[in-house]
Amino acid sequence: MEETINKTAQPMIDSKIPEGPIAEKWTNYKAHQKLVNPANKRRLDIIVVGTGLAGASAAATLGEMGFNVLNFCIQDSPRRAHSIAAQGGINAAKNYQNDGDSVYRLFYDTVKGGDYRAREANVYRLAEVSNNIIDQCVAQGVPFAREYGGLLANRSFGGAQVSRTFYAKGQTGQQLLLGAYSSLNRQINMGKVKSYNRYEMHDVVIIDGRARGIIAKNLVTGKLERFAAHAVVIATGGYGNTYFLSTNAMACNCSAAMACYRKGAMFANPAYVQIHPTCIPVHGDKQSKLTLMSESLRNDGRIWVPKNIEDAKKLQAGEIKGSDIPEEDRDYYLERRYPAFGNLVPRDVASRAAKERCDKGFGVNNTGLAVFLDFSEAINRLGIDVIRQRYGNLFDMYEEITDVNPGELANEINGEKYYNPMMIYPAIHYTMGGIWVDYELQTSVKGLFAIGECNFSDHGANRLGASALMQGLADGYFVLPYTIQNYLSDQITVPHFTTDTPEFDAAEKAVQDNLDHLMKIQGKRSVDSIHKELGHIMWEYVGMGRTKEGLETALQKLKELRNEFETNLFIPGTQEGMNNELDKAFRLRDFITMGELIAYDALSRNESCGGHFREEYQTEEGEAKRDDENYFYVSCWKYNGDDETAPTQFKEPLHYEAIKVQTRNYKS
Amino acid sequence: MENCISFKLKVWRQQSPKAQGQFVTYDVNDIPTDTSFLEMLDILNEQLVEKGEEPIHFDHDCREGICGMCSLYINGHPHGPATGATTCQLYMRRFHDGDTITVEPWRSAAFPVIKDLMVNRNALDQIQQAGGYVSFNTGGAQDANAIPISKVAADEAMDSASCIGCGACVAACKNGSAMLFVSAKVSQFALLPQGRAEAKKRVKAMLSKMDELGFGNCTNTGACAAECPKNIKLSNIARLNREFIGAKCSD
Repeated sequence: MEETINKTAQPMIDSKIPEGPIAEKWTNYKAHQKLVNPANKRRLDIIVVGTGLAGASAAATLGEMGFNVLNFCIQDSPRRAHSIAAQGGINAAKNYQNDGDSVYRLFYDTVKGGDYRAREANVYRLAEVSNNIIDQCVAQGVPFAREYGGLLANRSFGGAQVSRTFYAKGQTGQQLLLGAYSSLNRQINMGKVKSYNRYEMHDVVIIDGRARGIIAKNLVTGKLERFAAHAVVIATGGYGNTYFLSTNAMACNCSAAMACYRKGAMFANPAYVQIHPTCIPVHGDKQSKLTLMSESLRNDGRIWVPKNIEDAKKLQAGEIKGSDIPEEDRDYYLERRYPAFGNLVPRDVASRAAKERCDKGFGVNNTGLAVFLDFSEAINRLGIDVIRQRYGNLFDMYEEITDVNPGELANEINGEKYYNPMMIYPAIHYTMGGIWVDYELQTSVKGLFAIGECNFSDHGANRLGASALMQGLADGYFVLPYTIQNYLSDQITVPHFTTDTPEFDAAEKAVQDNLDHLMKIQGKRSVDSIHKELGHIMWEYVGMGRTKEGLETALQKLKELRNEFETNLFIPGTQEGMNNELDKAFRLRDFITMGELIAYDALSRNESCGGHFREEYQTEEGEAKRDDENYFYVSCWKYNGDDETAPTQFKEPLHYEAIKVQTRNYKS
Repeated sequence: MENCISFKLKVWRQQSPKAQGQFVTYDVNDIPTDTSFLEMLDILNEQLVEKGEEPIHFDHDCREGICGMCSLYINGHPHGPATGATTCQLYMRRFHDGDTITVEPWRSAAFPVIKDLMVNRNALDQIQQAGGYVSFNTGGAQDANAIPISKVAADEAMDSASCIGCGACVAACKNGSAMLFVSAKVSQFALLPQGRAEAKKRVKAMLSKMDELGFGNCTNTGACAAECPKNIKLSNIARLNREFIGAKCSD
């Protein structure tokens, strides 16, 4: 088909932020954007890859509007996407608790929590639509927690001084995802959304500079299939599994994002990786994933290590238990260091503080890599019933994994009751970086959009708790369905696509050649053994504390690992039918490229901010030292034709109009 | 200091949906008891791959007991011997040295085997598509606090909504019925004012879809609730029956 629009030139960094004061930008945008009329919507096809909060809500909403949607997921049902595992809650600026919350305050907290590296206008819009999300979900029948008066309940979360988090037990992600899934089901039933389960996107197809389709593998038959559309939306989550051990689900991967990157979409801020402070510590080398304990536990749980190194040594040797240590010998280090926020400091701060204590030898388990999260004070104050009602399912989950029940009375010293504490340690959890998008959530490739965790836009260098659900649903329900119309409005005369074009032929052949190559290596090592090695390199050199030397070592080691992968990988079976090992190998190749990208970005950013901590850049007290003069930008990476060549960095300068950039302070 | 066990694992292997399957027994040695059941399968698979054999295919994803992807019929129980937990939350400390552990896929007419222990549960999605929603378009919702909902109703709706759609209830049922699964969704919406408007239509549509897809009927044996990893209560089925009779009576 003929393109009526000029071919796109080299990608430019134009964030397309609308004019006007911050509070009016989104209203202005909506007032002046182009729309597609109902009769034309049904002429347009949109591919949405992913069915998490962002993908499912976008697919459902686009279907409701009248577009034809093709929706893909790698699991056996859209309801399995990893958004389902989010525990704690979702933020909104409702101010139902009358504690001084507002859209501005949510915006401010999110920008500050992100260590002043987020794009102001995007975050303001996020805060603005947050209230619509709660209204929307309640209307769908999401059973949020309520007070006895029948109104919605709230809890507080890290990085905020107000209670603005809505929740459904410890299963908020599940309930929100099932809400989006139910809307999606309605559209599937009405024929507006076609759902493809157990399909994995392998490449995006570009025709005349625009994203026009995807190549996806049917994981059951093993066959590649082609799908065409007027626009492609990627909602495929983050790249946390680059580290092998993370709180992400086993199938979470960055291959769809890497496919976009290789086809010209820039990748932004890959170094911003969130390490969640409250995960169950690693227990052995056979472990497949790490389990998160919700941040909501920090509402009532107090984090501590022993004051005396001797006590820590006894704990590490298994001679005493946490409940044997009396109150006066405990160091509640977060309350000590950050009196204003205490145990509710943002995740990056809490994680680094735990690492600092453990590095000094105060770790409390046999590996020395754990701290206590203690509910004794809360249970003594509120009673076990109240605490169990709040966190019962989390306590049970903890017990199933570790054989220790945190609500159980363990000791009594001088009339003071002590309950079993949990042990926790930081783990890779979320990735703030992602595909670069402009204000319209369009990537640097025309017609290719990225929403949810897989884009970079809203969390800056660190994400606050209960903001991921907010962003996923904001993008999917309220932002993308508007902004995509601005792109599609001039596409209404482009007829439905055929996949019988040279571009689709070439894309499918490239994917097939890659799969053939992986099958033919026939070396000695399993996919998992190489992935674990990748994880070790990443955690060791590109993890919580990074240095110039360490990052250079990582890049060298990753190069060797890629060589090992390309020459010594072994995949059993054939390409006929289902082959898990082949699917994992396909993803691992992209994880290695992703690992390098994280390292390149971390090496280029000579400052510490949010989830990126360079040990060379810290204050005397060990706090992160930002460099706003030189690094106040979004770092954007452009692919240079092959995986071995280093990518090129572009910079999107940040402009703050509403907020004064200052040092983050959670002390006073 | 680590506690390890060795045992025999009798696993259903089936190359493809139409292929003939059979049990294959593997010796699994020196597994630490703080390994999860699925990590144990990972270890076995790693050994199989090292020997050049195809690993055992099984469904799994979040490994936190919430996505509903993992299945497995272990020693005659869906999700194994632990109650109120999914297979991914099952730890090897539940088993003993010298055991023979039998692992099968979900067995039900509505769940055809894809490969080894993996089955196709698309029928559950189809039941949801028939009516498991509130017909409400994005935008235009009233304020979330406009309709107060009693805490009791909200909590009960939440308990029903906890269903993870894994299909254990169907696998446990001698009739292969999906009644517990359907009743959980019907109950969640029946208990909330937002769901009442379409309650009659919903219950009829979902049940008729269930029948159409080859699931069996309910004879109240209660095996579903006993095996449910999320403790979805049998009383949901009672509510579903009430809703259904009410809907039929007003036809």
